[in-house]
Amino acid sequence: MSEIENHAHHRPLLQVDGVSLVYRTAVQEVRATHQVSFDVHEADRFVLLGASGCGKSSLLKAIAGFIPPTEGEIRLEGRAVQGPGPDRIVVFQEFDQLPPWKTVRENVMFPLLASGQLGRREARERAEVYLEKVGLSRFADAHPHTLSGGMKQRVAIARALAMQPRVLLMDEPFAALDALTRRRMQEELLALWDDVRFTLVFVTHSIEEALVVGNRIGLLSPHPGRVRAELNSQGWSLDRQGEAGFQAAVQRIHRLLFEDAGTAPSGGVTPVRAPVIPLQERRHA
Amino acid sequence: MSTHSLSATRPVPPLRAEYERELAPLSHVQPARALPWHTRLRTHAGARQALILIALAALWEAAARWQHNDLLWPTFTATLRALAEGLGSGELLVKAAVSLRTLLEGYALGVLAAFAFTALATASRWGRDLLGTLTAMFNPLPAIALLPLALLWFGLGQASLLFVLVHAVLWAVALNTLAGFQSVPDTLRMAGRNYGLTGVRFVVQILLPAALPSVLSGLKIGWAFAWRTLIAAELVFGATSGQGGLGWYIYQNRNELYTDRVFAGLVLVILIGLAVEGLVFQTLERLTVRRWGQQRG
Repeated sequence: MSEIENHAHHRPLLQVDGVSLVYRTAVQEVRATHQVSFDVHEADRFVLLGASGCGKSSLLKAIAGFIPPTEGEIRLEGRAVQGPGPDRIVVFQEFDQLPPWKTVRENVMFPLLASGQLGRREARERAEVYLEKVGLSRFADAHPHTLSGGMKQRVAIARALAMQPRVLLMDEPFAALDALTRRRMQEELLALWDDVRFTLVFVTHSIEEALVVGNRIGLLSPHPGRVRAELNSQGWSLDRQGEAGFQAAVQRIHRLLFEDAGTAPSGGVTPVRAPVIPLQERRHA
Repeated sequence: MSTHSLSATRPVPPLRAEYERELAPLSHVQPARALPWHTRLRTHAGARQALILIALAALWEAAARWQHNDLLWPTFTATLRALAEGLGSGELLVKAAVSLRTLLEGYALGVLAAFAFTALATASRWGRDLLGTLTAMFNPLPAIALLPLALLWFGLGQASLLFVLVHAVLWAVALNTLAGFQSVPDTLRMAGRNYGLTGVRFVVQILLPAALPSVLSGLKIGWAFAWRTLIAAELVFGATSGQGGLGWYIYQNRNELYTDRVFAGLVLVILIGLAVEGLVFQTLERLTVRRWGQQRG
């Protein structure tokens, strides 16, 4: 692969270095990823893209510190990640990431207070700022169960951004939303990035979403997850999805993801696999 | 060939003209409107419950009058009169106070012990197995069955009552709290750990509020168990240090064949239960789990 890029003057913010993740169930070990490496730089919008079973969500959880790598290391600013911490805030796909007993404003204040980063008054002020950014100031006193799915995800994003983490981790944050809301959220996320310039690692299984949201895309092959390619996205906006260049990029990624690398003879486009993981398929000694 | 004949029988939707229209603002249609008072009353749980109670009282009165035997079954009005007399003379108030004080002490002890056990069970797998085994052993054991043993160990007094009360409360509350903790979604747990919450802060700020519906239902069940255990225990061994509770009042009046007072005592037991359920627990639920959308109203 032509992966020789010289970043000698520019040290990556986040380094995933030869990371293998292994789940242990009662009867067997399942390898989710195998020796995955990639670098994420300051203000990157790095997208991890792959089909079900490629270990992209596991990788994100490992970066967040919830899963320790069995092999390799994850470094943030040169220091190895040891466990969960408020310098890496996760926005999950599920709506129940918001404690239902806290109002929208309290939800945004919660990590600021829990991590001891700010006092109550400063936390409140910071919460107001970020709720304003996601357009939810009017709902600051509402409880999460009264909000729509898109609004809940906006609260989760405001809560994550208010922490001003070194890296913002998003695990298919828009997958549970309807298509129209998802489009708007993607636009809003890009606008927020333009405003705040946070560093983002974004997991998705949608090629279109990857091209729109990311500036760099890591493609993962499944069972176990390995890096198939890293591509640059040309800054496609949502309204350019019809263009030939965009379609060509989609086709290229589709080919990379679904034509098995080397091993199987390529017989046209393979259909998307069933999400059932053939557990015995690969067991590395 | 056959495709042609197939397409002839297959229905095809008609092609219709497209249209676009400008939508005028809806100034005369209100998006929300207040419900009339009778509809709101019907949907009010308190109103429905009051109606049910009135119907039951009427049924009681009619059945007792038809039976016409004051010694076996006094009427609703006679019971009310006895209740008013008992409350007026202060006797029932004193008895109720004695019962309630013991009850609250036993309940508080039981709940504290339950939380200690649950904390142990959340902290380690051994703790969970310990709680599971103990609950399986002791939860089916009626508290009152332990009373002879309690009397043997602690004598005829407050301590014996507290012992059986703790037994009545502990297992139900611990079981429900643990079940609640175990059903807290993973995402919420990860969110909490993401912000650096661990140990007691994690339990207090994430697990306990997230499991509150189960914890509250455990507290309710524990309360009912405690109340019925206490009355039963008082019926069995009556007065402690010269002061009897409501159970003793019921027992004494049965011996003297004041059946209306027996009923008055029972009614007071029920009333206190209703009051605690309606005032304490429902208020707690309204302020917490219902407001947070964890439980339907």
